[in-house]
Amino acid sequence: MTPELFLTQLLNGVQLGMLLFLMSAGLTLVFGIMGFVNLAHGTFYMLGAYLAVAAYGATDSFLAAAAAGVGATLLLGVAVERLVLTRLYQRDHLYQVLATLGLILFFNEVVRIIWGPSSLFIPTPQWLTGTLDLFGLSYPAYRFAIIAVGVGVALATYWLMHHTRVGMLIRAGASDGAMVSALGFNIRRMNTLVFGLGAGLAGLAGLMAGPILSVQSGMGEPVLILTLVVIVTGGIGSVRGAFYGALFVGMVDTIGRAFMPVLLPHVLERSVAQTAGPTIASVLIYLFMAVVLAISPRGLFPVRHG
Amino acid sequence: MKSIQALLLAAALTATASLQAQTPIKIGFMAELSGPQGVTGQDQYDGFMMVVQRNGGKLGGVPVEVIREDSQLKPDVALQLTQKLIEKEKVSIITGITFSNIMMAVHKPITDKEIFLIGSNAGPAPIAGAQCSPYQFIVSWQNDMQSEVVGKYAADKGYKRIVALAPNYQAGKDYIAGFKRFYKSELAGENYTPLNQQDFSAEISQIAATKPDAVFVFYPGALGINFVRQYQQAGLMGKIPLLSTGTTDGSTLPAIRDAALGAISGSFWGPDFDNAESRRFVEEFENKYKRIPSQYAAQSYDAAMLLDSAIAKVRGNVADKPAFMAALKAADLKSVRGSFKFNNNHFPIQNMPVLEVAKDSKGRVSMKTMAFPLRDHKDAYHQQCAMK
Repeated sequence: MTPELFLTQLLNGVQLGMLLFLMSAGLTLVFGIMGFVNLAHGTFYMLGAYLAVAAYGATDSFLAAAAAGVGATLLLGVAVERLVLTRLYQRDHLYQVLATLGLILFFNEVVRIIWGPSSLFIPTPQWLTGTLDLFGLSYPAYRFAIIAVGVGVALATYWLMHHTRVGMLIRAGASDGAMVSALGFNIRRMNTLVFGLGAGLAGLAGLMAGPILSVQSGMGEPVLILTLVVIVTGGIGSVRGAFYGALFVGMVDTIGRAFMPVLLPHVLERSVAQTAGPTIASVLIYLFMAVVLAISPRGLFPVRHG
Repeated sequence: MKSIQALLLAAALTATASLQAQTPIKIGFMAELSGPQGVTGQDQYDGFMMVVQRNGGKLGGVPVEVIREDSQLKPDVALQLTQKLIEKEKVSIITGITFSNIMMAVHKPITDKEIFLIGSNAGPAPIAGAQCSPYQFIVSWQNDMQSEVVGKYAADKGYKRIVALAPNYQAGKDYIAGFKRFYKSELAGENYTPLNQQDFSAEISQIAATKPDAVFVFYPGALGINFVRQYQQAGLMGKIPLLSTGTTDGSTLPAIRDAALGAISGSFWGPDFDNAESRRFVEEFENKYKRIPSQYAAQSYDAAMLLDSAIAKVRGNVADKPAFMAALKAADLKSVRGSFKFNNNHFPIQNMPVLEVAKDSKGRVSMKTMAFPLRDHKDAYHQQCAMK
């Protein structure tokens, strides 16, 4: 294993981590602040990708598609929150799971009806095709762009959470929602805002994944599972936890897939290694989560309550 | 009195006979028609129905009724539908079948009931070998054939170091085994990725670092779309030859487009095949459905053409099973692949080409036939089949 390859694999891990961060930033807040179990978060990822495909078809511009995709997903998120989820806040978690599972099935079918069963994709923008050379390391330019967008969003959320009044309220809401409400702030409106922003970020993740992964009905579910791992590992309700959790999970997953097939044959017999390699690589992140939870049951960066 | 009775009987017999000629032959069409896999099933359906509709609802001059069923990639659903088609609809022929696991679930229930199974896609090894049945006629190929031809191509090209990748499930292992059967040398690396893995960044970085002579992959459907696009984005397309089976084909090219240019795959047919029947098929299909036909449409077109020829031979009397079986076995059809012949196990003996993804004369991304590494190719399992 050359140092170049090792660095490339690290970049791959960071890139996956950034994509996961876009997904988990919103979900962790919805979980943390509203105490709401939202399984439909992956659906907004899918909708963001589909809406961007549609917008790209109409405008032929990646940036316009991005703006339309993220904006429309944000509005859809707000609409879903107002129409469906507000009725469920007081209910038991099981109702929320059922309702959001229903939303997944509903939207998966809707996109199939509108866009058909074939896979679609968003073309890589002209200015991001090819590879970039970085200190002799060649890496796809588009994956760099994902890292850049992820870091940008992380900085923006940090600023929003720690240097604005809205952010202060969101953090306060995550610690003690009832108290924030008692102090005279409209927590309902804040819920809608947080949910809409979360949906918008998920839409952004879907859009950024569009040129790498095929856009198809049901594409949100596998990502949702990884996202849940991220927010549980990072600590529910904490954006910082989501950031580091996403980085860790992205890194562990990539390193596992990259190095298992290389290292295992040294330890095990070739045929055994070939079967065991992918299996071990795919359970690695769950092992990681289990270890983190065993040491710190509320995640790496728990939100302090009360 | 006797003579009147005889007359009446004769009249009744003629009446039923003419009735029989008018009742259509029932054909069950079962394939994956929904979900991401629905594209393949739809192509199979369109290819089949094009022949039926061209002939005004008839095959072999006899009206047919095609009952369309979606097996949803669920073996239990496929089994129920099979029972429904046989018990309730009383079909005498079942065609289609997209996936190998579905084929394995329905093959025995269909052939045990002496219903003719005209497979137009899946060709798993067991039914080509020990579990073969005289009632099966697989018009497409035996699964391994499509990667065997790529293995032969790689060996002919003299590639020394080859890395192979496939999803970690039975078909993935079968296709790589097929490749190795004709490549013969040891592979430089074999990597089986989890079936649900969509992003291949780590694997592709690994390939870029190892710099093999060529890469062989089997990534069907959306997996293939993702892999090929990411391979191209990493700047490897054109640098390290990408050989594949079932990855860059008519069902995925509309989504991969230019990113797949230069990729090489093994199949049994390509839309540029230079024979009258293939040209006619491609032209009619493009006019009717406004897209380039995939190999799946071509296979199913041949299935319909086979039925057309065999039903005509027995003059619509498919109830005469030995006669109909002989008519099918004769394979007197005008196939898109030129000549067509069944082996002892009722799988085709055929020339296998490798194709390159290239622009066609109208500037669309399509497949171009490069060479025929294997001619009159028989599958590896036919000797295990007891049929003569």
